[in-house]
Amino acid sequence: MDLVKELMDTILPYLLSGISVGGQYALIAIGYTMVYGILRLINFAHGDVFMVAGLVMVYLSASMPLYVAVPLMALLTVLLGFVIERVAYKPLRTAPRMSVMISAIGVSYLLQNLALYITGGLNKNYPVIPWISDQIMVFGAPTKRVTLVTPFLTVALVIVLVWLINHTKVGMAMRAVSRDFETAQLMGIRINSIISVTFVIGSFLAAVGSMLYFSNYPGVVPTSGGMPGLKAFVAAVFGGIGSIPGAVIGAFIIGVCENIIKGLDVILKTVGVLKEPLELATFSDAFTFALLIVVLVFKPTGLFGEKTTDKV
Amino acid sequence: MIETSNKKTALVSLLLTAAMLIAVIVLDQVIQPTDSMSMLLKVLQKGSVYALAAVSMNLLNGFTGLFSLGHAGFMLIGAYTYAILTIPAQSRDVVYQYYDAAVRISFPEVLGGAMGPFGTMLGVILAVAAAGLAAALVAWLIGLPVLRLKSDYLAIATLGFAEVVRAVFQWGKLGPVTNGSNPLKSFVRINSFQLKLGGTTLSLSTFVPVLLATVCIAFIVLLVNSTYGRAFKAIRDDEVAAEAMGINLARHKMMSFCVSSFFAGVSGAGMAMVLGIAQANNFKSAMTYEILLMVVLGGIGSISGSCVGAMLFIAASEWWLRGLDSGKFLGISAPGIFRNGFRLVVFSVIIMIVVLFFRKGIMGDKELPDLFKKRPGKEAAGK
Amino acid sequence: MKKVLSLTLALAMALSLAACGSTGGTSGNKSNGTSDPTGSGTPSTGDKVVKIGVFEPQSGDNGSGGKQEILGMQYANQETPTVEIGGETYKVELVYADNQSSNDKAPSAAQTLVSGGVSVVLGSYGSGVSIAASDVFGDAGVPAIGVTCTNPQVTAGNSHYFRICFLDPFQGTVLANFARDKFGAAKAYCLAKQGDDYSVGLCNYFMEAFGKENCVYETFPDGTSDYSSYVTNAKNSGAQVFFAPVSTEAAALIIDQAATQSLGIPMLAGDTWDSNVITKAATGKDVDINVTTFYQEGGNPEFDTGIKAWINADATNLTNNNGNDEVAAVTVMGYDAYYVALEALKAAGSTEPSAVMAALPGVQYDGVSGHIAFDDVNGDAIRDVAYVKHCNTESGTWEFVAQQGV
Repeated sequence: MDLVKELMDTILPYLLSGISVGGQYALIAIGYTMVYGILRLINFAHGDVFMVAGLVMVYLSASMPLYVAVPLMALLTVLLGFVIERVAYKPLRTAPRMSVMISAIGVSYLLQNLALYITGGLNKNYPVIPWISDQIMVFGAPTKRVTLVTPFLTVALVIVLVWLINHTKVGMAMRAVSRDFETAQLMGIRINSIISVTFVIGSFLAAVGSMLYFSNYPGVVPTSGGMPGLKAFVAAVFGGIGSIPGAVIGAFIIGVCENIIKGLDVILKTVGVLKEPLELATFSDAFTFALLIVVLVFKPTGLFGEKTTDKV
Repeated sequence: MIETSNKKTALVSLLLTAAMLIAVIVLDQVIQPTDSMSMLLKVLQKGSVYALAAVSMNLLNGFTGLFSLGHAGFMLIGAYTYAILTIPAQSRDVVYQYYDAAVRISFPEVLGGAMGPFGTMLGVILAVAAAGLAAALVAWLIGLPVLRLKSDYLAIATLGFAEVVRAVFQWGKLGPVTNGSNPLKSFVRINSFQLKLGGTTLSLSTFVPVLLATVCIAFIVLLVNSTYGRAFKAIRDDEVAAEAMGINLARHKMMSFCVSSFFAGVSGAGMAMVLGIAQANNFKSAMTYEILLMVVLGGIGSISGSCVGAMLFIAASEWWLRGLDSGKFLGISAPGIFRNGFRLVVFSVIIMIVVLFFRKGIMGDKELPDLFKKRPGKEAAGK
Repeated sequence: MKKVLSLTLALAMALSLAACGSTGGTSGNKSNGTSDPTGSGTPSTGDKVVKIGVFEPQSGDNGSGGKQEILGMQYANQETPTVEIGGETYKVELVYADNQSSNDKAPSAAQTLVSGGVSVVLGSYGSGVSIAASDVFGDAGVPAIGVTCTNPQVTAGNSHYFRICFLDPFQGTVLANFARDKFGAAKAYCLAKQGDDYSVGLCNYFMEAFGKENCVYETFPDGTSDYSSYVTNAKNSGAQVFFAPVSTEAAALIIDQAATQSLGIPMLAGDTWDSNVITKAATGKDVDINVTTFYQEGGNPEFDTGIKAWINADATNLTNNNGNDEVAAVTVMGYDAYYVALEALKAAGSTEPSAVMAALPGVQYDGVSGHIAFDDVNGDAIRDVAYVKHCNTESGTWEFVAQQGV
């Protein structure tokens, strides 16, 4: 009994961090999964949009109060997502998928370099957002309130989004476009506006995600978006790309696993399995990608993905 | 194509290759490291390594139609294999300062001791070959499950694979072999390559990487023009049709993947030689992206394009555009705008322009000789 | 066979392109500096110019530290812009190259300095880049003076790299003694960044001095921003000190997360943490931060007021110093390094890199950070004292704790 309690005490903080990170990954993952669902494009630049949202907030909050800065940041991020789609992806609508993906990589490269230029490559401190940055106690483990807020906010946003997709006209159009591009066009759906809406929603969620993420880890650098972006994408694949609930569940699983692995040496030591540390924390990132390969090989459609057949 | 003209072009190309290599040797002697022109040598050294990497990626992405983003991972394997096999025994304890080095064989040293300078050379060549083979072996293992995946799933799986490789090489428990996450150094690098002719010493520090790249790229050219190459292109253009024509998809994909990885490994070894340091942390996905952008810049499906793309990419980012970072460029002085990082911004804008408006890159899917021939029907022959 | 031809032509063209570019490149190099290296082209003064290379990170992980180090050199340069070499007055020009805190970018950054015709190189902040670029300087015969790269491997086994700061085996021992004496610690948690010569090296020497069996050692990968699990590990491990000599960028996040999770044990780090990035991150938080460093503000009031006024007078300098005028130890080291370089140039009596290299071992200089002389083994500074500072989290400043030897 003692061991169980000790184990719980040991594991709890990792679980908390994991759930919090998972929620933030989820918000980014939704953007990936929606864009992929419609355009069949891995939007490599999405992680960088997330990073830019963080930087915009840093600069805005320096000159205006938070209640102005936060909505303005969301607006600018949405605008960025919209512009990226119009400039970098729309002209390539008829090009092979590889070209669009390369364009996405190019945009990611550009955003990172632009951020490098503007910040001078220095770490920017994210502003402290009152209330969500406060310290609280959860089952005796101290943490930031944002840790607790994130999963709830994420789930709430997902519910709204799912409702939007299933019960509104725009949502119906989105589903139609993702099912069959050409036919949807023939049915009178304005493809370009639907795609723009997708990018707008994705970018908005990335903006919210960035606020939560950087409140937790208050430093923004040009490469801040890279890893969270990739992991969020893995989460989207894990959950079944194109499926929003799948992306969210995938993100939480990845967030928790990653943090457990960081503490695995300590946990295994507590249980008594391990005498010597194995330095398993090295694999906290790699695990995510190993998981990705396994999922892709054995269940390419992910947990909730729809089955697709190859068209000849 | 007419047989005689083909032979003529082959002869001309051989002569030109020889001329180029001689020119490189001459440049190697004329330019001193403190000359302002020494950047040219650095660009040639790094550029030729990247050219090989870009061509090997092009073999996969451009000729076989397999969109793989795992290049950095294979280069890492190559760089480490080469480095581990060429660190001299006496430097091992310094390099592996926190570990007890497990591998204590240095190819160039052992063979050099037995056979003199020729043995040293042979040792380096063997180490480079081992680098390629190690990468190819890992490619074969990972290819078994991964190559069944389609387009972007393959891309993301190989990208993930490269990240896993990086973590494995950084794992502290492998420290006795890989030196953990710490850099490997003191191995044979390009400045060690010298030729003693009587009293004079010829420096071959640029010649060796250029030669290495030339030989490897020549092999890839031959492969692409063989029956295998035609099969690769058939798979790229239409998998189902290719299969119907009797091409064994799995076998050819695997072959392309392994050959590409082999040369990625060799270019990784070249990279280690040029930089004089091998560290897992340098082989991030950003490196794969850069190589991909070189391929795109030169034109997907053009080998000469990849070479030109890589050279331009390296020359522009390391040399020509440096002024953009330090306040003055082309005589325009604007320290406010031309400050640190501007070079990369300009550079990425250029790349975006190429990606969006010159989708075929510099060469499209043509090769350099095509530019000098104006004969109808060359399209058909070129493909 | 056609492709063989194409390949040849491709390489030939690439070569010729590169060759064409060389003319542009040379002119670019000339225009880089503030003055024309041909010298005679500047009729206004007719001064001769000697170039000192500044090999520092201005972006990446160590960007802010590198910029602070450069500030010291710039201040010294505007204070003493000329030097007497062999009876002639030379104007000193600083030539910058950003090594981007990255081991693979460092060699080419070093090459730009070498090909720019510098007589001596200063830098770098961070040991990894110095080790990576060392061969470039060595091949060209250009001497380099390490400013705050503390890893022993920077100078070991070569004759061109010198250094004016103390070394990690010394610093690690000092920190281990301090942890034992001051905090009575019997167990330590050590955190380093993967592949970072500085933090891995320093942790290693700390553990050697503290006893490997008394330490829990972990590393985090590049690009980590979630350190909460490492903080949890530290708490669970029962350690009494938290030793994390990582870059300031990571440190700011670690401090924030340590405070949130009520780490409750003292945090200990090396010279990188002696920066106002850390004091800013720690202000108003419940953390106990202690660092070893090269210099204590207030040690030389005249210098302090001078450099503070200089930093405050220029918005760019202020930004590069993270927005306030607190003098970082690395700035002081940069300042001293500049004067050491001038001494070497004077002693050499020539701007030839080889002459400077030959003169460097004999150079002695009384700097703001103390007396500087090189040992004859590796060209390391002979230093036996480090300053321990503690962060006052109310005022956000460093407070002097002790002078500590081994």
